[in-house]
Amino acid sequence: MLDAVFFYTFALMTLTGAVLTITRKSAVHSAIWLIVSLLGVAGLYLLQQAEFLFAVQIVLYIGGIMVLFLFVIMLVNLDEAAKQRQFNNQRWIALGCAVIVGAEILYVLAKGTASLSLPAPAAAPAAGGNTEQIAVSLFRDYLLPFEAASLLLLAAIVGSVIMAKRRA
Amino acid sequence: MPSSYIPIFIFLAVAILFPIVLIVVAKLVRPSAPFLTKLEAYECGIKAASNSRGRYTVRFYIIAILFVIFDVETIFLFPWAVRYKQLGWFGVSEVGVFLVFLVIGYLWAYKKGALEWI
Repeated sequence: MLDAVFFYTFALMTLTGAVLTITRKSAVHSAIWLIVSLLGVAGLYLLQQAEFLFAVQIVLYIGGIMVLFLFVIMLVNLDEAAKQRQFNNQRWIALGCAVIVGAEILYVLAKGTASLSLPAPAAAPAAGGNTEQIAVSLFRDYLLPFEAASLLLLAAIVGSVIMAKRRA
Repeated sequence: MPSSYIPIFIFLAVAILFPIVLIVVAKLVRPSAPFLTKLEAYECGIKAASNSRGRYTVRFYIIAILFVIFDVETIFLFPWAVRYKQLGWFGVSEVGVFLVFLVIGYLWAYKKGALEWI
């Protein structure tokens, strides 16, 4: 019961945020609504007991990626962007796509969940939560990929500094 | 979802409700006397030099990129911190190697002057 209440709250939050993101005129407002939408998705992850994904969603998407988005928005000339047209002439193509997707969803709804061959849901971790399980597999089983990730991040640092410095 | 998260949602609800209640109550209590000067941006009492919606310098952007990279690093440290005791010295040395690479990157960016404001 409580889970259902939380699910509908987060689903509503995600959808409202998404709709407001694409309808706001100001790009900064859009970005703020996108944060609300991402927060709703984070809540849905938590409902699925994926605590690590929840943390990733909050720290990386809401904390990091949105900072990048807002910086890009503030780097471009907003006044110029606001004068340009927000919607283009592809509405008939968009309508066609929407009808196709809607038909697909209606088809699945009509056939019911029995028509889908869903895999068995993953068993709840025996000891500890999701994050502990990831810690064990990351630091025991996937030791080398984890260290390789640090090299990847090093390459990202070098690449971004060189690209940004050349222009500045 | 475990019920241990419920306090967080009470916090969330209070955080959302608090500004709404404040704004509504303020609207009910305050006198209303609008005039145009009130809408101007306040800049230490002198007239605003330029539009505050102007463009930012690209130097902010490199700091934002570096922030995101080190943010990714933090998320890798998060599961280690949760299982710190169980992983023991093996985990510490593993994370040590991981961090050495990133500190090299940080020092390189620092020497390159990427964090300086010229």
